[in-house]
Amino acid sequence: MSNIQQLNDLSTQVRRDILRMVHKVNSGHPGGSLGCTEFFVSLYNEIMELKDEFDMDGIGEDLFFLSNGHISPVFYSVLARKGYFPVEELSTFRMIDSRLQGHPTTHEGLPGIRVASGSLGQGMSVAIGAALAKKLNKDNHLVYSLHGDGELQEGQNWEAIMYAAAYKVDNYIATVDYNGQQIDGATDDVLPMGDLKTKFEAFGWDVMEIKEGNNIEAVINGMKEARTRTGKGKPVCVLLHTVMGHGVDFMMYTHAWHGKAPNDEQLEKALAQNPETLGDY
Amino acid sequence: MKKYTDTGKKDTRSGFGAGMTVLGRTNPNVVALCADLIGSLKIQEFIDENPERFFQVGIAEANMMGMAAGLTIGGKIPFTGTFANFSTGRVYDQIRQSIAYSGKNVKICASHAGLTLGEDGATHQILEDIGLMKMLPGMTVINPCDYNQTKAATIAIAEHEGPVYLRFGRPSVANFTPEDQKFEVGKAILLNEGTDVTIIATGHLVWESLLAAEALEAKGISAEVINIHTIKPLDEEAILASVAKTGCVVTAEEHNYYGGLGESVARVLVKNQPAPQEFIATNDTFGESGTPAQLMEKYGLNNKAIEKAVEKVLKRK
Repeated sequence: MSNIQQLNDLSTQVRRDILRMVHKVNSGHPGGSLGCTEFFVSLYNEIMELKDEFDMDGIGEDLFFLSNGHISPVFYSVLARKGYFPVEELSTFRMIDSRLQGHPTTHEGLPGIRVASGSLGQGMSVAIGAALAKKLNKDNHLVYSLHGDGELQEGQNWEAIMYAAAYKVDNYIATVDYNGQQIDGATDDVLPMGDLKTKFEAFGWDVMEIKEGNNIEAVINGMKEARTRTGKGKPVCVLLHTVMGHGVDFMMYTHAWHGKAPNDEQLEKALAQNPETLGDY
Repeated sequence: MKKYTDTGKKDTRSGFGAGMTVLGRTNPNVVALCADLIGSLKIQEFIDENPERFFQVGIAEANMMGMAAGLTIGGKIPFTGTFANFSTGRVYDQIRQSIAYSGKNVKICASHAGLTLGEDGATHQILEDIGLMKMLPGMTVINPCDYNQTKAATIAIAEHEGPVYLRFGRPSVANFTPEDQKFEVGKAILLNEGTDVTIIATGHLVWESLLAAEALEAKGISAEVINIHTIKPLDEEAILASVAKTGCVVTAEEHNYYGGLGESVARVLVKNQPAPQEFIATNDTFGESGTPAQLMEKYGLNNKAIEKAVEKVLKRK
């Protein structure tokens, strides 16, 4: 679709959307959203094969599941700017009667969403089910998912991780947002998870790392590499190293902005660091 | 009184297994998942005939529920199988978010419900599952009464769009409903017409209600017996029509009376035409080890208990 400059411009605009959405309702989760911006922009514009129209079954296209649903702002912004629904609708985020619920849901019929998420730890199981349906349907497209690193503290993930390897769900790429932060602090302080790469490998996954998860070229190249590793008998795990709050200097390298909205002054400062590129909603 | 014949005792879980065999042969979209209880759920024949449509998930019920939700994306109709306790309480949030709130077409099939699981004791005898499931918006809750009806219900829910909780049991019980019955979700079945009292029963308590009605007839009491196999959505019309005639009701279920069928019936009556009601249900208690018959006797869930409840409710008219 695009050259790197265009994708970087889109990322900047997505960051503006995220900041303005959470500021308006004084709630939401900017930190992880900002950190995963390059991932979402790459996935939806360079990596996934997508049909023009959204339908729930998604036969004949790649699928994506967001397990850590609290980073809905980045998901909504990227979906809207991809054309799934009007960009103006971003202004309804978290407001009464909106399709853009605090956490993503199918319940209000928002195109692009295939399962509700928010209660953590459930998305990998759903993604595995969808990948198995693709195999039954002889549909050669892939299933992608994103998970928070802190989210891996939920036990259901490890049931899913065990299953996917044991039953060779190899049309599936699970990405972990490896930012080392969760609400209460650094993951290493809250509940240290040890060496995630070794853990996934011990469960039988093919694991790769993207060291620069906020560099659009690195993310695109890494996800393309991940794609080549599918179909080889193992599920693929991408450990995506990101910085929570990336793109806004005072939100970076801290968990403080995990679930907190900027005030007027902070918004102004943050937007100044991300000048408008494609037009605000 | 209308005569019903037990054609030979059978377990309702085998009715589920037989229904799955039929679905395996007739509906290519039906898939099954099981959490290490194939033998208990009686689905070996489905697996033998459709190995590619079966997923053994191991002892990992949370993952099973999520996978089932995912399998619907692409048009599959997943049937999950494990004990009722592990189908509900253990995975409530997975069902709530990934299935019910997400509106996924998953059939949660739960065996070994209630006290009649028997000797395994209270850890496995869930008496709260109807309540848990009926509270979920959009969830259909079905508790068929015998082998034939469980088989028919299993086949029918594949055609019913939306999440369903199908509850059945372990013990062999009377098999008395027609083999070729058409199962209509949400439609009560009037088993016996009567004028003095309405007995509304679900699951294993339906046969016990018929036995009670027979004994009551000998005492000159005319009992109407309704089989409510679908607890949600409840056939309010059938309940109101019957109670308008009889003026009192006994509900009977193998479940805690908090959250069970009885409360659903009471809600309908209170809103429309209040009438005296007695509850055959467990009284806010856990179960224990014992044979099914011993347990049903001890916890007051058999035909004798229903008879007594009828006599009591008649005095309150």
